[in-house]
Amino acid sequence: MNFKEKIAKFIFFSSSILSAGVIFFILGFMIILAFPVFSKGLFFDMLTGLWSPDHGLFGILPMIAGTVCIAGLAVFISIPISLGCSCFIFLVNPGRTGKFFKKIVEAMTAVPTVIYGFTGIFLLVPLVRNLFQHGSGMCILSSAIMLALLISPTMILFFIQSFSLVPKNYLNAVDALGGNMSQKFLYVIIPNAWRGMITGIILSSGRALGDTLISLMISGNSTAFPGSVMDSARTLTAHIALVIAADFDSIEFKTIFLSGICLYVMTCTGVILARITMKKQNFQRNNEI
Amino acid sequence: MENNNINYSIKLMGLMIFTSVFLMQTGICNAKGLDMFKGVKQQVLRISGGTAHIPVMKEAAKRIMQFNPEIQITIAGGGSGTGIRQVGEGLVDIGNSGRHPTKTEIKKYKLKIYKWAIDGVAAVTNPKNRVKALSTKQLQDIFSGKIVNWKDLGGVDRQIDVYTRDKSSGTRAVFWKKALKKSDITDKANVVVSNGAMKTAIRNDPFGIGYVSVGFIDNHVTAITLDGIKPDMDSVKSGRYKIARGLYSNTKGEAKGLAKKFIDYLLSPDGQKLVLNKGFIPVK
Repeated sequence: MNFKEKIAKFIFFSSSILSAGVIFFILGFMIILAFPVFSKGLFFDMLTGLWSPDHGLFGILPMIAGTVCIAGLAVFISIPISLGCSCFIFLVNPGRTGKFFKKIVEAMTAVPTVIYGFTGIFLLVPLVRNLFQHGSGMCILSSAIMLALLISPTMILFFIQSFSLVPKNYLNAVDALGGNMSQKFLYVIIPNAWRGMITGIILSSGRALGDTLISLMISGNSTAFPGSVMDSARTLTAHIALVIAADFDSIEFKTIFLSGICLYVMTCTGVILARITMKKQNFQRNNEI
Repeated sequence: MENNNINYSIKLMGLMIFTSVFLMQTGICNAKGLDMFKGVKQQVLRISGGTAHIPVMKEAAKRIMQFNPEIQITIAGGGSGTGIRQVGEGLVDIGNSGRHPTKTEIKKYKLKIYKWAIDGVAAVTNPKNRVKALSTKQLQDIFSGKIVNWKDLGGVDRQIDVYTRDKSSGTRAVFWKKALKKSDITDKANVVVSNGAMKTAIRNDPFGIGYVSVGFIDNHVTAITLDGIKPDMDSVKSGRYKIARGLYSNTKGEAKGLAKKFIDYLLSPDGQKLVLNKGFIPVK
């Protein structure tokens, strides 16, 4: 190895250390700033309590519940849509129409969330309000529907990708045996592609968990513990955005870091799970080949 | 052909002279209060904070930037709390607030406060709502969640959707102190982040109630008559409608440079006329 190569190696190594280090640095930063919460023994009160700063309550449990409900419902809505859409593009109509739809889906990934937010406020919220004749329409359901729209392109593209990894000769075998399209899909494609699909689902739930703008604009942001999908709720991300203007030294402000840590843990768990399933899939494939 | 061409050029010349005279005139008209911005080179003025201030800020900025294109003014919202903190930390040049900064804030950030308008805060509902007047007690009960249905107030049989603002809002601070007399706001209330967003929410929700700066009220929302007094510019000005506050622009230390010029413009006859046009009460 000559000198130049050594320098190049050093530069690349240090930049990768730097970018990897930032993630740990951020976690450390949040823990340090949230330290007063840990040391005062407020940690569990905050994690499991209700929010009412005027009465000295600083619990973020309603926000955790809001986040889980909204993201969970969004994924729940998005899965069947994405499954149908990817099945159409990959299997039913893989020719020109399918390619055209795939292009549209790819374009959808580039739509900024604020556009979804606006559309939600002016079209979806009044619709939900009038349809269910209850509440303001700014609720878990509205924002979950909008979030489902946001995350489905990711999910669809992941599904298509994992479908296309199913070995061609399997599919040809089904055709040779005279199997129809639904048999091919249910008994060959899904059993072979499910790990990749799960990865897609996990990564898009990460996106749903982390989105701020849609929930801030549509879900209503009330701090009450959500009781039904028609209730207004606040997500952790929206909570951070709303409380960040509070006084820096206040306990309210400290909850921001706790919310950050919660989100961090949630998304990290998701990513790690995705990694594990992906690894297993690759392992399985390598063994088969 | 030749003739046509000459005709055409004469017409064009005439048009050019006309437009230049016209431009000069508008230039002269606008220049009255804006003269102080003459000769300012390549500068940026950053403003953030109170969302009630935004219509006035935008119009003033537009006029100044048209007068002297070398000046760049950026305006952000965020609420009064954000404005005060950002100016205190030197992130912006002017931090607006719709409430007077507290003693600790003034001391901590060495704020200098400039009041350039008086504004009311009114409870608002959708124009489709039959309920147009409330008492303070009823308002307190609605916002604390004791009255939950419009039929108890003479409206339709639908749940009341309460809208409030986030903690940073000066409008919230004033409304809570003077209209709700510091009684609770229910945790079921929807939270929106600016006066503009509040107006949009109430405009779209026939069963909503919220509160905005009086300067934002037009025929898309109904201002609730409170204890028999209708909130409008006259009643706020005369002091009969009690839920009022100043609109402030704060700087860290004495305002200087472009920030000072901007505030001077707001307080000039031209600026004060603009304040009046946007639905606020001038201080001069």
